[in-house]
Amino acid sequence: MTGRVRRPGRFLGASFAAEGVDQTRVGALPGRLWQGRTKYLVGAICVFLSTIMLMPLVMTVLASVKSTADAAAVPPLYVPRGLSLDSYQRLWDYQAGLPAYLANSFGAAFLTIAFTLLLVVPAGYGLARFNVPFKEVIFILLLLALIIPYQALLTPIFLMFAKLKLTNTLIGLAILHTAIQLPFSVYIMRNSFEAVPRELEEAAVMDGGSSWQVLIKVFIPAVVPAIVTVTLFAFITSWNEFLGALVIMSKQSSFTLPVILAAARTETALGGTDWGMLQAGVTISIVPCVAIYLLLQRYYVSGLLSGAVK
Amino acid sequence: MYATRRHKLTGLLYVAPALLFVLVFTAYPFMQMVWMSLNNWSLITPPRFVGLDNYTRMAADKQFWVSFGYSLKYTILITPILMIGGYLVALLTSTNTPLRRFTRTVVFVPVVIGLGVSSLLWSWLFNPIFGLFNRFLGELGLIDQPVVWLGTDEGVSTWAIILSVVWKVLGFGMILFVAAIQAIPAEITEAAMVDGASYRQRVTRVILPLTLRTVLLVTLISIIGSMLAFDQFYIMTAGQPFNQTATAVFYVYLNSFPYLKLGYGAALSLVLAALLLVFTIVQLALSRRSNA
Repeated sequence: MTGRVRRPGRFLGASFAAEGVDQTRVGALPGRLWQGRTKYLVGAICVFLSTIMLMPLVMTVLASVKSTADAAAVPPLYVPRGLSLDSYQRLWDYQAGLPAYLANSFGAAFLTIAFTLLLVVPAGYGLARFNVPFKEVIFILLLLALIIPYQALLTPIFLMFAKLKLTNTLIGLAILHTAIQLPFSVYIMRNSFEAVPRELEEAAVMDGGSSWQVLIKVFIPAVVPAIVTVTLFAFITSWNEFLGALVIMSKQSSFTLPVILAAARTETALGGTDWGMLQAGVTISIVPCVAIYLLLQRYYVSGLLSGAVK
Repeated sequence: MYATRRHKLTGLLYVAPALLFVLVFTAYPFMQMVWMSLNNWSLITPPRFVGLDNYTRMAADKQFWVSFGYSLKYTILITPILMIGGYLVALLTSTNTPLRRFTRTVVFVPVVIGLGVSSLLWSWLFNPIFGLFNRFLGELGLIDQPVVWLGTDEGVSTWAIILSVVWKVLGFGMILFVAAIQAIPAEITEAAMVDGASYRQRVTRVILPLTLRTVLLVTLISIIGSMLAFDQFYIMTAGQPFNQTATAVFYVYLNSFPYLKLGYGAALSLVLAALLLVFTIVQLALSRRSNA
């Protein structure tokens, strides 16, 4: 906001410079002048872009606190005339109730984190620090899901879960989300374990520690950043995943947040969708993801980079 | 020091749980899917082996061509927008000033929220009566009648969904491009500047070639992601009008779950997976050749 207030005065200089010269030959301008002009142009584009990107989110949050009357206004209001938690109240009581759906979403996410870490931390340790027979074959097998998209595997997984009585259970959904998340996490973990200096490990082995003690005392503290990254991605994947949850959780009381919201959109379509309530749900779904991202931005970006650039 | 046989086995023990998990929950379902695709499998009646019937059936299945063609079309339309848009934003924000850093953070925020949830958000914005998009365009003088964005016209629906998805994932490519641009040694760009290269020349002759590998990689990720599109179509158009916007994954879903034609659904899945594998191989070959 402050940038906006200060800008117009300086902008004059910028537009003056732009008017005064032949635009097609900016490259030939004296460096300082050209750089000054570009700087403000870039600044203006940045502000414009940020505004556009934020607008849908801001509008949704504002829509979620509209009163029932404001939500039904035609043409729709940008800014509510007053603050109201009606929409949140309706969402709280919708079907099995918001607390149940939040519990499902958080439950699946926490189980996914637990499963992923329990599998991936030892696997990364084993692959990075031991002469495991057929190591590279195993590693490629672990990355298998990168080649076969999980969307294509849902039918056989559903049949298997039906046999194992895992449909409509958080454990089942978490297993699916773990399978989705596993290749990326193994990759990150192996790299991170490999980066731990030999000397640290050797000192611990000299002291007579077993491989398990060395893992707990030496390695786990050294790979905390990778653990944070894996946890973060496991949470976001599980919290946001839609198709798998739609297929595996068929009973309404076992829906996760995105699935119940999608159902609410079509179910109320006859009497008109309750958009206020939906935007309240959207707001609640967005908050944890954005909060985690802003808090742990460093881990998020580094995870993305090491996961994507191999 | 860990090369002894005992230690080899210890290492295997650490890897075993993850390996077992992948065998049970990825490799086994994959093999079962291959088997299912060779059967008439419907949950109600016992499976019956039909050989390649499910595959030959596709040729005559109009909706198969519509759905796979539509996914391809959607991918061809959205990928250049994401690549060029993401790259331009990366060029704009790649230097570390507070404003540019802030812009980067903001552009990336939609990437962390769910596609399902963002689709619900946009289906409200696009609603002809209660949505703000029509009001906003009307105030700009771009439209004078409310437009029905979703579900009545295939072209309009496609572009509306593309707009929402570009908003949602633009930041993904941007962040990887920024990292690649920032990894270019400063001496190289400075040398180009000393040689009198204009900004445009520096971008096309220096920055772009040196980040080509990342561009190819993000293109592949984006193509695979778009070919697998489901959430946004399921929520925003439900495949309408007339299943014209029912994507490939949508059609697999319809066959497997509501229709319970599991064998046919499995065959469709395999064709889709094979298609994606081809894209991956092409990309790997390209990035080998670019050799960057």
